[in-house]
Amino acid sequence: MSIPAKISLNHLAKAFGPNKVLRDVSLEVETGKSLVVIGGSGTGKSVLLKCILGIVTPDAGDILVDGKPLNRVDFLHDFGMLFQGGALFDSLPVWHNIAFRQRQGKNRLSKKQAQELAIEKLRRVGLKPETAFQHPAELSGGMQKRVGLARAIATDPAVIFFDEPTTGLDPIMAGVINELIREIVVEMGATSITITHDMSSVRAIADKVAMLHDGKIRWHGDVTDIDHSGDPYLDQFIHGRADGPIEGVR
Amino acid sequence: MQAITLINGFLASIGRSTLAMLAAIGRLAIFTAASVSHIFRPPFYPVELAQQLLRIGYFSLPVVGLTTLFTGGALALQIYAGGARFNAESVVPSIVAIGMVRELGPVLAGLMVAGRVGASIAAEIGTMRVTEQIDALTTLSTNPIKYLVVPRVLAATLAMPVLVLIGNIIGVMGGYLVGVYRLDFNSAAYISNTVDFLEIGDVTSGLIKAAVFGFIVAVMGCYHGFNSGRGAQGVGQATTNAVVSASILILASNYLLTELLFTA
Repeated sequence: MSIPAKISLNHLAKAFGPNKVLRDVSLEVETGKSLVVIGGSGTGKSVLLKCILGIVTPDAGDILVDGKPLNRVDFLHDFGMLFQGGALFDSLPVWHNIAFRQRQGKNRLSKKQAQELAIEKLRRVGLKPETAFQHPAELSGGMQKRVGLARAIATDPAVIFFDEPTTGLDPIMAGVINELIREIVVEMGATSITITHDMSSVRAIADKVAMLHDGKIRWHGDVTDIDHSGDPYLDQFIHGRADGPIEGVR
Repeated sequence: MQAITLINGFLASIGRSTLAMLAAIGRLAIFTAASVSHIFRPPFYPVELAQQLLRIGYFSLPVVGLTTLFTGGALALQIYAGGARFNAESVVPSIVAIGMVRELGPVLAGLMVAGRVGASIAAEIGTMRVTEQIDALTTLSTNPIKYLVVPRVLAATLAMPVLVLIGNIIGVMGGYLVGVYRLDFNSAAYISNTVDFLEIGDVTSGLIKAAVFGFIVAVMGCYHGFNSGRGAQGVGQATTNAVVSASILILASNYLLTELLFTA
């Protein structure tokens, strides 16, 4: 008997008024693999992630996790996410941001335990222990991304989503974040979905790549195949050409 | 034919506006019901509640205190000037006390808190919406209504009566200071008149109003923050909407509560 994919999307559709963002998206992510979804701005990459998270309700289609219909509470229990802008809580110090989940509920960690956990995770993403006691507003963009990454891995989750992990970072910092993501995902054996426009992220992070265009999966395959896919849409996107089948706004 | 088209267009625009208004009322009712229902269901966030009590209650004391102090003083001068027209200057202490406790204390405190706290809640939650912090809460298995809305609504509902009680005392004191040091009332007689005319029902009705106004301010701030549009303009609009809607609802509910408490 074959092992079901960690996450399966079957014929997912979502429209906002007359704007059909997702038309018929079917996709599978195998356990322990890293899928990167690429596509132009406004092609529905973020909506796709929000459908899986239950923040947006799809109009049609199924989402399966481990072969069973998505149970949002169970799914989020073993899940981490790095947001595009970090989405760190301004009012809380860094250590509390990282150990936020562990400070909730009956089995909550003490303040000292939470700080120790946060410092351990900060070290993993290359930040000094002192950072734990700063507030997010005191950190640079790159540091905020790293703290966001530390928060995403704080519970060693089975599934991690990365939303535009390198947006707004200089190329060197983007490279550092890409390497960190790859290392952590491999080390933890986590299943991950990343959405990005950044081809350096795709090459550094992905096992599999899916290209979303016009509300559908235009191309899906191994990262090693993207340079000779023969798909004109994918070719135009990865080479950043203005001319081609994808219409650009001039 | 053209006239019929114009009338149809006019009626259609009225219909659209009415439907949009009813939809907005429906959304607000659902949001309020969800907020109230979560007050009684765990998990609870006592630390957040304590922080909000401090921010909404304690830090609003100066603005409420100053507002009621000057209003009490002005009220004493007005009543004295008006009362002098029919030789009724002696009613100043009792009217100041009843006016402050029943009406001006709760309403003015409600409006000042709507400006200070309602705007702050809408801006904070609106910014959290725009910067995806509310989505982040969801991904961290935390219900944003429970974590963000319930502590604010509960804190405002609990803190407002205390604020108004203190505001009432300061307002009556404002009247006393003007009465004794400006209008030459006898100090003991002023205090005696104030205490004799004031009934416990006057005080409790004002405190009930205060609790309702606190609830309105927090719910409107949270609702508009949660539904904030994108960018700085969206958050700015949410803040304005929170203050305007809370102020109007405070004045409207004040009339309804007065009908209910004093004429029923």
